[in-house]
Amino acid sequence: MKSGILAAAAAAVVFGAVTGAQAGPTLDAVKGRGFVQCGVNAGLPGFGNPDSSGNWTGLDVDYCRAVAVALFNDPNKVKFTPLSAQQRFPAIQSGEVDLLSRNTTVTLTRDTSVGLNFAPVTYYDGQGFMVNKKLGVKSAKELNGATVCVQAGTTTELNLADYFRTNNMSYNPVVIESNDEVNAAYFAGRCDVLTTDASGLAGTRAGVAPVPDDHIILPEIISKEPLAPAVRHGDDQWFDVVKWTVYATIQAEEMGITSKNVDEFVNSKNPEIQRILGTSPGMGKALGLDEKWAYNIIKTMGNYGEIFERNVGTKTPLKLERGLNALWTNGGLQYAMPIR
Amino acid sequence: MASETRDTARPSAPGGVSFSLSDPTVRAVFYQVLVVGIVIAVGWFLIHNTLDNLSKRSIATGFGFLDREASFGIGESLIDYHPRDSYGRAFLVGVLNTLKVSIIGVVLATVLGTLIGVARLSSNWLIAKLASTYVEIVRNIPPLLQLFFWYALVSESMPPVRQALNPIPGVFLSQRGLFVPVPSADPVWGTMGFALAIAVIGVIFLRRWAKARQERTGQPFPIGSASLGLLIGLPLIAYIAGGAPTALDVPKLQGFNFVGGVVLTPEFFAILVGLVVYTAAFIAEVVRSGILAVNWGQTEAARALGIDSGKTLRLVVLPQALRVIVPPLTSQYLNLTKNSSLALAIGYPDLVSIANTTLNQTGQAIEGVAMIMGTYLVISLGISIFMNWYNKRIALVER
Repeated sequence: MKSGILAAAAAAVVFGAVTGAQAGPTLDAVKGRGFVQCGVNAGLPGFGNPDSSGNWTGLDVDYCRAVAVALFNDPNKVKFTPLSAQQRFPAIQSGEVDLLSRNTTVTLTRDTSVGLNFAPVTYYDGQGFMVNKKLGVKSAKELNGATVCVQAGTTTELNLADYFRTNNMSYNPVVIESNDEVNAAYFAGRCDVLTTDASGLAGTRAGVAPVPDDHIILPEIISKEPLAPAVRHGDDQWFDVVKWTVYATIQAEEMGITSKNVDEFVNSKNPEIQRILGTSPGMGKALGLDEKWAYNIIKTMGNYGEIFERNVGTKTPLKLERGLNALWTNGGLQYAMPIR
Repeated sequence: MASETRDTARPSAPGGVSFSLSDPTVRAVFYQVLVVGIVIAVGWFLIHNTLDNLSKRSIATGFGFLDREASFGIGESLIDYHPRDSYGRAFLVGVLNTLKVSIIGVVLATVLGTLIGVARLSSNWLIAKLASTYVEIVRNIPPLLQLFFWYALVSESMPPVRQALNPIPGVFLSQRGLFVPVPSADPVWGTMGFALAIAVIGVIFLRRWAKARQERTGQPFPIGSASLGLLIGLPLIAYIAGGAPTALDVPKLQGFNFVGGVVLTPEFFAILVGLVVYTAAFIAEVVRSGILAVNWGQTEAARALGIDSGKTLRLVVLPQALRVIVPPLTSQYLNLTKNSSLALAIGYPDLVSIANTTLNQTGQAIEGVAMIMGTYLVISLGISIFMNWYNKRIALVER
């Protein structure tokens, strides 16, 4: 069933009859079409998840919407395509989606032989382990011989093997394609351990676990998982649009501009703010967008901090601290390149 | 060739050879060249287009990745596998896992399907209705749902590993699967295998000799019991001669899981039972139609000749029914093998599951999908060739 979609994507590359055939002008194609095609997670609370009334929500989803706002000043001009970990690369390669915003880790292989270009990191994550409290396990080092549930086709699968190899421990993988089935197998007791990115574990514990307090996330973070939106190789203009959409949200937070107070800044005397909000023109034109692109993003979607807090922050069920995702001025890693 | 001689024999139109399309020979050659030309052109277009698109998107191509280290784990394997092994070896593990579930599945589905097919024809009302209900329910539910059902059944209904059921000493049943003790490694097992091979060869010769003698003298030979004696006796002698070792490798709970013995994992159980139950429903219908296809008169004629009912079934009805059964049965075997690719959904590491992980880690979707398709093609053609050979062997030889 799922491999049918994979095969279809491969067939698309073979027959070359799909939208991906044009390598350069994605921006023109998207503008002509009137909406952005965005690949997202099918069900990861906080990152990509339909809510009870069917609206897509999450941090990754909000970045799809931010791109749509930059282009059309309308956060709903997005066609969301839920993708499994395995479907995501064929989907972006074949042109089925214009933008992949699906908690995807930046790696060298993906940047090169998979043929992706990664926009700035929207969430600095790391892989963790969740276990049932009843096991009495306090550290990942005690997991020798454990059965581990893991989703197929992720860097997680590789980090897991590396971690157990490095520590001379053995394990039994249960590798399942769909995220929902992996979680179901873990909560049914098929596995001792569930492993994925720590943010994903928090989301699963908050949103899927029958009794969240029965499960603990072990302290070890065994990998670096910088999650970033990605586009196809070979279309620099489209890559620039996505890249600077992300930077605009971070820059806005650095300057204290939020969705609520952005209008007060429009008449600011600060030349930097004038450039960002389009009061003094040039930036939008350079990107091939409206001069109000960043203003619209901030007004509609908010700055990076607002997007973070709204989807995964301490007031949400995920209860994630900013941590590495704080601004560089606050000891985190989020740093926008100058918009000038 | 024949038409060529016919053409030269017939005087052609003045002015030499005519290329009119109304000439059947010319027409035949023309259309064949045309078709071959189109096939080559389309093939060339596809390959060229693929390479072109791949290089435009800077996607790596080729099968070089098969030698690279796989660095992912696999849950169950028939051969030694470790994450430091290559993608090629990981793929082999997947192929073997697919073959394992397909071969065991085909055997069990045939047995179950035959029983249910015969049961549908039973004169016992209850048995016939039960069999019909089974067939109608099972074959109308998509196989993927059935797999989820069986997998959920095992993982939800079985006790956690630390409260494993222990029905027989040494045997443990839990969410982690069924753990069974196996005899510890000993050289005698190899000797017994050798003895069994000799017994099989012996049986083949014995059958030939018995058949020849019966044709010559008319005296029947108790070939069944003699073969059985040979097949059991020789390995048994080897076992006793080897010192009759009784040491067992018993599974025991150690840390998170049972260690030792052999395990039937929930994933393998779910995919096997799911495929067997689903395919058996179709095989039951094939068997039923095959038996019904043999005219009742055949049975009556056999009875009239004084042949007992067992021999009637074996020598008169079945050989004729098999001719009807075997071709559709082949399709069911192929279906079962191909449906095993649904294993991905419930975590059994079959060929598709491992190839998908591989192509996702390497990004080489075209090579990965081509390898999946190629392997299924080889397996399916293998089954077809065997079943066609068998079909020919049992086909009615008309004089």
